[in-house]
Amino acid sequence: MHVVVIGAGEVGTSIAGSLASDHEVVVVDVDPDRAEQLKYEIDVLTIAGDGTSSEIQTAADVGRADMVIACTDNDQTNLVACGTAKTLGDGFTIARVKSTDFLRTWQGNEGAFGVDFMVCTDLLTAENIVRVIGLPAAIDVDPFASGLVQMAEFEIAEGSPVAGQTVSEADRFESLTFVGLFRDGELTIPRGDTGIEAGDRAVVIGSPESVQAFATDVAPETTPDEADDIVIVGGSEIGYQTARLLGERELRPRVVEKDQERARWLAEQLPKSVVMEHDATDAEFLTRENVDDSDIVVTALGSDEQNLLVAVLAKRLGVDRVIAVVDSPDYVTVFEEIGIDIAINPRTVTAEEITRFTYESVAENIAVLENDQAEVLELELTEGCALVGRPISEMVSEIDARFVIGAITRGHQLVTPRGDTVLQPGDHVILLVDSDSVSEITSMA
Amino acid sequence: MTSRIRVSWRASVGLTGDVLTALPIPIAFPLLIAIYYGESPLPFLAAIAVSLAVGAAFRSVKDPAEDLGPREAFLAVALIWFLVAAVGAIPFVVAGVGTVAHPVNAMFEAMSGLTTTGATVLVDFSLHSRSVLMWRQVIQWLGGLGILILATAVLSEIGVGGAQLMETETQTQDVNKLTPKISRTAQLIWGIYFGLTGLAVAVYFLLGLAVDPQMDLYNAVAHAFTSVATAGFSPEPLSVGAFHPLIQWAVVPFMVIGSTSFVLIYFAINGEPMRLLKNEEFHFYLGAMGTLASIVAFALFLDPSVTFGAEATVRHAVFNVASIVTTTGYASTDYVLWAPAAKHMLFMGMFIGGMVGSTTCSIKSLRWLVALKSFRRNLYTAIHPEAVRPVRISGKPVDEGAIRDIYAYLLLSIVIFFLLTVVIVVDAERTGLRVTEFEALGAAATTFLNIGPAFGEAGPYGTFASFPMSTRAVMIVLMWIGRIEIIPVLVLFTKAFWTS
Repeated sequence: MHVVVIGAGEVGTSIAGSLASDHEVVVVDVDPDRAEQLKYEIDVLTIAGDGTSSEIQTAADVGRADMVIACTDNDQTNLVACGTAKTLGDGFTIARVKSTDFLRTWQGNEGAFGVDFMVCTDLLTAENIVRVIGLPAAIDVDPFASGLVQMAEFEIAEGSPVAGQTVSEADRFESLTFVGLFRDGELTIPRGDTGIEAGDRAVVIGSPESVQAFATDVAPETTPDEADDIVIVGGSEIGYQTARLLGERELRPRVVEKDQERARWLAEQLPKSVVMEHDATDAEFLTRENVDDSDIVVTALGSDEQNLLVAVLAKRLGVDRVIAVVDSPDYVTVFEEIGIDIAINPRTVTAEEITRFTYESVAENIAVLENDQAEVLELELTEGCALVGRPISEMVSEIDARFVIGAITRGHQLVTPRGDTVLQPGDHVILLVDSDSVSEITSMA
Repeated sequence: MTSRIRVSWRASVGLTGDVLTALPIPIAFPLLIAIYYGESPLPFLAAIAVSLAVGAAFRSVKDPAEDLGPREAFLAVALIWFLVAAVGAIPFVVAGVGTVAHPVNAMFEAMSGLTTTGATVLVDFSLHSRSVLMWRQVIQWLGGLGILILATAVLSEIGVGGAQLMETETQTQDVNKLTPKISRTAQLIWGIYFGLTGLAVAVYFLLGLAVDPQMDLYNAVAHAFTSVATAGFSPEPLSVGAFHPLIQWAVVPFMVIGSTSFVLIYFAINGEPMRLLKNEEFHFYLGAMGTLASIVAFALFLDPSVTFGAEATVRHAVFNVASIVTTTGYASTDYVLWAPAAKHMLFMGMFIGGMVGSTTCSIKSLRWLVALKSFRRNLYTAIHPEAVRPVRISGKPVDEGAIRDIYAYLLLSIVIFFLLTVVIVVDAERTGLRVTEFEALGAAATTFLNIGPAFGEAGPYGTFASFPMSTRAVMIVLMWIGRIEIIPVLVLFTKAFWTS
């Protein structure tokens, strides 16, 4: 595969590094020194120049490229670079953006800006933080369809309210599907009357909100609810998105922001959250506002130094879990070594997401469960494939494979699969498949 | 050395001229009535002549190079409201019968009409010709939604300046442009007003045919004019109380709709009723009205001096509370005779007002709602000083500057109301008139907040003619100030307005 990476910052370097061994990679960076230096770090061709100019892109042979990844720090540059690439060839374009506005525009209009896949760094980071906060009870959580769908695996503990219920009793959520049940390491495809026992592992697929609600049913003790006090320190875009996503999951985080105008803006955007305007490094303030008693503190301030200070302060004051956003990948381990519970690096998250996307496979996205007994796949259905054009119930009875369709997204909207749902070309289908049937299913998509 | 005047007054005066030259069109309506009933057309011909003459003189100073900015809009709004009332007073003086033959009384009646107050100095209604009585109704209808929004809708000369004028005329909100062109927006709003008035005529007239011959076409038109405008004049000395109970019930929804935001009514008509039904101000306004009506009904039920049946008790409570809260000023019965509890409830209702962007007057529900919410916020920030809590109305954050303006407006209103009360009491004492404090409070609130009737002598079946002439002169000014929400008049008295 011929891949052009535009932008040799931390994200671009990391992506180029993981692709370099198997593919032909060209990296473009506006800074000649950086381009020169990269040549000696990884085995790629580097070109110094403006990645949005068609001259430079022609030099990078974009016309022949299978994939163009624009991941500079500037949204507009990335979008224009993808637009330019589309005029030169028909490689798959990936753009990294910070603005959720661009993401929304792209989600609402297929192929907008000439971008085939868009990764929103801040939103992705926020989604990560929310998964860490919201689903401590899950053994495994994976996002599908750009975060519209989540797969989660839970172990049903002794005394869980779900233990002893049937699947249809436990699955009382509109957009949630019970796709698999592991008992003593054996996969069962659950039906409505299948009983759930303590010790079972349940796999569900659905909207992130419904998965969160199900987690509350499965493990009410450990899953945070409205009564839990979550404090987000720093109203950066990541802080804001985290608060917003938590709000969608019926959690009510408090947000601390120093800048007056930003605090006002946050308070206007987050009607259900309490926003406080103050310097979060003030220990007296943190104690007065009972931040020391809170269950979770997330630091999302502008610099690593501030995040470190506040995270350490929160830990010292006795906060249970402290999650820090760390801008520099080098410091992630430093944070975790001094006792911060979880350190999340936005660039690593972005690079992982893009890299995951570049794996060559029919399935766009894979999660492997229970020692490879089953896989959760995301398939994009093509015109004329065997899964299209028939009601699901008819299809399931005809195909001799063990699989359950968990969720469908159509034009970036979640569609809950029912027996009479008819799949259409272009649908993304997220399904659990018995490992023995994987090749059969992927050959049909 | 004289300092330079920094207001392009020629633009304001010229615009006033435009409005005055258009005024003969509505005056033609009572003129036709006069001809139809064979009454003297002279009062209206005189008004038309003066209006055209003054209008032409004003237009002649217009300088096309001068633009209508915010300052010019203040001046124009203040001038137009005053002069249209002055022209409106001419027919009363020329007709020369009854109390309104006196120029101050005529001006009181016209200003009370134009500002949709509805306080009257008429004593004997039977003296007056049908055309003069209809003129009182027409002038209220003109003032109902505001003269400037009407002017913007029909006078093409105004153009984009209309946005400035409409904003100046109603201090409470930014102009909600429904269409790219402001004149089209004004036409849409006026179209709704016109349509509602037409509907009211039809409903009243048909009910009149069915149950009450007194509600003839004349009365149907006269009351339609002043109910949708939440204005309150009636050619009947007994107000709406002169009609069948069924008609009284029918008047209530028109008063209530008249006090509902016309912008939201526009959306409701155009398939977005939720914008109205989920509006917090709407809830507050209906809630306040409902609560007061229930308390008044309960008070009337307990009061041994009034013995209405169950239907009548509810009807009088609902009708009169709605009439006061919407700032209409009709009455279905003489509530001066009620026990103090019920009367005090009505007095309290005077301060509430309907929704912004309607024909209502008084302080208006939105201001109270914002004030109450920001007060509740203050209680919260007393405990959490760092908390940032925007005040929200229907989910939308309210700008902090707007909240400060609303606080200032509330305080200013209460202060002016208080001063006017003192003036009424002192002036009454000077002339040896017996006015109780409650009556003085009521009369001050009802004129400054543009409601209409008060208590005692100035009650719904009474008259303001018994107050001293000097008190009435002060009331004329305060009705004028109150209707255009204080600021446009007060800024004219600052030095900065003229010179800096």
